[in-house]
Amino acid sequence: MPNQTNDNYVISAHNLTKKYGDFTAVNDISFDVPAGESFGLLGPNGAGKSTTMKMIGGVSQRTSGDLTIMGLDPEEHGPEVRAHLGVVPQQDNLDEELKVRDNLLVYGRYFGLPMSYLKPKADELLEFAQLTDKAKSKVDSLSGGMKRRLTIARSLINEPKILLLDEPTTGLDPQARHILWDRLFRLKESGVTLILTTHYMDEAEQLCDRLVVVDKGQIMAEGSPSTLIREHSTREVLELRFGSERNTTVAADLQGIGERLEPLPDRVLIYTHDGEAALEQVTARGLHPITSLVRRSSLEDVFLRLTGRSLID
Amino acid sequence: MPAQQTRTTTAPPLRAHPPRVSAERARRFGSWYYAEHALKVMNGYRWTLIAYSVGNPVMYLFAMGVGLATLVDRNSPDAFGGVSYLAFIAPALLSSATIMTAATEFTFPVMDGFKWRRVYYGPHASPLAVHQIVNGYIIAITLRLLLMTAIYFGIVAAFGASPSPWGWVAVPVAVLCGLSFGLPLMAYAASIKEEKGQFALVMRFVVTPLFLFSGTFFPLDTLPIGLQWIGWISPLWHGTELGRLLTYGYQEPVWLVVIHVVYLIVLAILGWRMARKIYEKRLGA
Repeated sequence: MPNQTNDNYVISAHNLTKKYGDFTAVNDISFDVPAGESFGLLGPNGAGKSTTMKMIGGVSQRTSGDLTIMGLDPEEHGPEVRAHLGVVPQQDNLDEELKVRDNLLVYGRYFGLPMSYLKPKADELLEFAQLTDKAKSKVDSLSGGMKRRLTIARSLINEPKILLLDEPTTGLDPQARHILWDRLFRLKESGVTLILTTHYMDEAEQLCDRLVVVDKGQIMAEGSPSTLIREHSTREVLELRFGSERNTTVAADLQGIGERLEPLPDRVLIYTHDGEAALEQVTARGLHPITSLVRRSSLEDVFLRLTGRSLID
Repeated sequence: MPAQQTRTTTAPPLRAHPPRVSAERARRFGSWYYAEHALKVMNGYRWTLIAYSVGNPVMYLFAMGVGLATLVDRNSPDAFGGVSYLAFIAPALLSSATIMTAATEFTFPVMDGFKWRRVYYGPHASPLAVHQIVNGYIIAITLRLLLMTAIYFGIVAAFGASPSPWGWVAVPVAVLCGLSFGLPLMAYAASIKEEKGQFALVMRFVVTPLFLFSGTFFPLDTLPIGLQWIGWISPLWHGTELGRLLTYGYQEPVWLVVIHVVYLIVLAILGWRMARKIYEKRLGA
């Protein structure tokens, strides 16, 4: 029912489903994204995040359900929908035979943009991506982080109001990730709607106003990072390591401490509002872990609670 | 605000046209935009292309047309309908050059687009439609073949091997010949999930036999009948016969000329349509 969708939503998905033969990659998911929001799909590899992104990006046809981007159905108005978007794919697909700046120019031409706009715009974007001194280099001489930034610069050549980012920082070193996050944050501040998939909880916490936790093609939970943590986890987590042999056996002796106990192969997690107090209770029972750590709950804990599995296997 | 006042003297801020305009232009000119991209890539190795386009014909024309031709013309001056051996093989060399180039341009770069460097997926996410990627690439290669064949023909003419005033028409005919072989190959290349040497096999067991048995170096009817079918199905033979007709007035019945033209056009169109279908299926999954 596309006519009933609110005009404020730039993306509306209702009962969106995608099947490949017998395999259901995306199973009946629904969400709406208002303009300017930074919306994330958090989930492990194979959860259906990229498939969802491809449908939003107007390059993959849905099996059933409704989907509109800026009020348009991507299957009927493919070019119009894609003209609104900037897309950063999971795998870089820059043209390595062209120079850095030429990659931007050539891409801008796909939008029918004239060279009088593209030339200064390319320089502006290279500046934004901190690649000005690489303008005349061949793409294959760039580092992974630089290629990623160039891909982001390329996605901005048409000044999109919606930016789709599929695993934007996977495979990058911590420094390169922080530079990228900073650039994405600036875009967000300038009013661009960001849709991103990630299996990194810290990335989701840094960049997303709101997110859905996806597993096996379905939405498990939805909310802001802090709401999700509040609703599905405790304020703090006490991590105890008793050595891989003993973690599960000790768990029985820890019953009753904190609100919830999660024995994992390598550690035991105690969900509690006060980690230090819980640790005191543990030692009071005569149990002495090899290491102990009190930390704040994260989206990783939310995911573990919802699915019984870790985000990264 | 003083900043407002200085604004008038500086350049206006950059503004992209609205998405509606992008989509409109992409719908109308998308194929040309992709062709522009492909030509820009080619421009990166233009000297190699030019050297190839000049060096290849000069080499063949000297070896076959001058070396071998001297011998052939002395021993059997009337074997080729009264024209020199050089004039006889020049149209064949013209068409085989386009076929060989097409065999390279419609195989490895296709794999590059889908798999190796995934260059198709960038434009695929833009307002361009899949068939425009196919069309754009074909446009770019057609222009490349046209330039190469024009240079080749110029050299042939300089050797005096195209006496007819209609000789130049052999240029677009040779390009058509290249496409009639290249476009079905493009469809085949797009259907391959993993390249395990299939392209090398195509070169060795398709392109080379076609080159040797398509009436290239001797009239097709001098071959035993059991081998002549290679020529009949070969776009090279049809293209070469047309080329001979144009460059030195080789005589053929009208129905056969029509078959040559129709065969080349049908192959090219079939290949083009299949390629479009396979590209759409593969990119749209």
